[in-house]
Amino acid sequence: MKYLRLVFANLKRKKIRTTLTIGSFAVALFLFGLLIAIRTAFNGGADVAGVDRLDVINKTSLIMPLPYSYRERLANVAGVSGVTFATWFGGIYQDERNFFPQMAVDKDTWFQVYSEYKVPDAARKAFLADRQGCLIGRALAKRYGFKAGERIPLKGTIWPGAWEFNIDGIYDGARPEVDTNQMLFRYDYLEEKRQFGKGTVGWYVVKLANPDDAVKVTKTIDDDFANSPYETLTQTEQAFAASFVKQMGNIEFLVLTIGSVVFFTLLLVAGNTMAIAVRERTGELAVLKTVGFTDVGVLGLVIAETLVIAVQGGVIGLALAKLYTMGGDPTRGMLGGSFYLPVRSLLAGFGLALVVGAAAGLLPAVSAMRLKVVDALRRV
Amino acid sequence: MVKVDGTSNGSSLIRVRNLDKRYQRGSEELHVLQGLNLDVEKGEFVAFMGPSGSGKTTLLNLLGGLDVPTAGSISVAGDEITAMSASKLTAWRARHVGFIFQMYNLIPVLTAFGNVELPLLLTKLGKAERRTHVETAMALVGLADRMSHFPRQLSGGQEQRVAIARAIVTDPTFLLCDEPTGDLDRKSADEVLDLIARLVKEFGKTVLMVTHDPRAAERAHVTLHLDKGVLVEAARAAV
Repeated sequence: MKYLRLVFANLKRKKIRTTLTIGSFAVALFLFGLLIAIRTAFNGGADVAGVDRLDVINKTSLIMPLPYSYRERLANVAGVSGVTFATWFGGIYQDERNFFPQMAVDKDTWFQVYSEYKVPDAARKAFLADRQGCLIGRALAKRYGFKAGERIPLKGTIWPGAWEFNIDGIYDGARPEVDTNQMLFRYDYLEEKRQFGKGTVGWYVVKLANPDDAVKVTKTIDDDFANSPYETLTQTEQAFAASFVKQMGNIEFLVLTIGSVVFFTLLLVAGNTMAIAVRERTGELAVLKTVGFTDVGVLGLVIAETLVIAVQGGVIGLALAKLYTMGGDPTRGMLGGSFYLPVRSLLAGFGLALVVGAAAGLLPAVSAMRLKVVDALRRV
Repeated sequence: MVKVDGTSNGSSLIRVRNLDKRYQRGSEELHVLQGLNLDVEKGEFVAFMGPSGSGKTTLLNLLGGLDVPTAGSISVAGDEITAMSASKLTAWRARHVGFIFQMYNLIPVLTAFGNVELPLLLTKLGKAERRTHVETAMALVGLADRMSHFPRQLSGGQEQRVAIARAIVTDPTFLLCDEPTGDLDRKSADEVLDLIARLVKEFGKTVLMVTHDPRAAERAHVTLHLDKGVLVEAARAAV
């Protein structure tokens, strides 16, 4: 602690340079925070996907429906403990830019299969009693200011016409990764009002009694419906979510590439700054060694300076990123509902800032450590 | 009593024997110190004079453990510093040597207090004890009222006095002064020399000083002339 005064005194030597270096750390960590939030949003489905759930879709394409009659057959497959289903609605709220997912779900079974959706009892009762009822995710409600008791008009795109829904309640996620940017409404209302496609659903979700049976149940289901007009493709929910993300491109690779470039640039900028700072005070470092500071002590002082810069920049950048992501999805729903910066990523970002700080300070610190007192004093 | 012929009876504080220092400059080898002998007893004030490049500063650096000789030995208070490892030498330097440079070499971003406190940071002293030591040293050099000043806010003479305070704050065994008045006007130089002389007289400090200034050398007990790598006694004051 007694050396901290020396570290801070050195940082105050060139205030503008120190501020700019802290700023470069802050910008890099802010960007890191955003990239992680985007990655979290894209991978949200995959991260939250249950290991005990299988998604059953039409083998031809996800957009092709499956018969409602499959429900009973699926429920009777050995190893299946529950079945529910959903249908993509694709309505427009006021303006095409106001995109958010709306799904018609089975009112009786959806929340049994998806236990991570937390619905207040009153809202659940109201939903069960109201054919035009819907439940709104917390993030979605926050974005549009939706409240229980209000009515939402949607313009149908797949099934044209004006559709109206009563908001019966707001649901939350048991975990932050759960998508609360969706609207869920009753399948029977869709079935009653749509002009075509009656008797079909978008996809089924099967709950397994034992997750270890996933492979066996998958094969049984697909074999059962083989050579039928509606052949199925069954996969674990995680695989389904991951393949869904892959359709949008290799997000992981993009995030990794951009992040690497940013941090490598930061390493060069901070390293160069520290190298200049060390070169400027060669004589002073020699004096420190003269009065008894060891080589390792001088090395530690220089690295401590970059670490202090990294900590300050990292905290500022990550705090700004956290604040920004707390405002919700900036694309108004295109990224999905789980656009947020997890605590573990904040910690990882902070750790990364420390690593980059230490790495940036290492070469200048080693040159300071190797400095020969006699040579340096001669240059003063 | 200072001796340069290597015939001391063994009571010397500083004992140098057959000291050699060679430098390689390109293809040329410079033989700066050639079998130099020196004995300095505690409480002596020795001035080294000689032309530029004669090896005065090299000798001072070797005595202070900042450089290593090509051959020969240096012992201080019984410790042979030429046999010490680099890390041990650093620790020894912190404990036993106070350095005073021509250009003061204060850290500009630290106050006078911070500069004087620097060597104490390496000790086990607590904050309050360090403060007491710094205040004592600053009072001794007559700058008790300048502790919160930065070097740029001090005159050259004051800066050098702060440097002296930094050199004595750990109560080292001896002081090494490299042209301590070389960058000062006459008045400031006299003040600094008065201070060094006082450290010798009142506190029994041993001081070895390199200087080009005959007036500064006059203040020493003994003036040694360094010529062609060997020491020759040039003058001895009546103490």
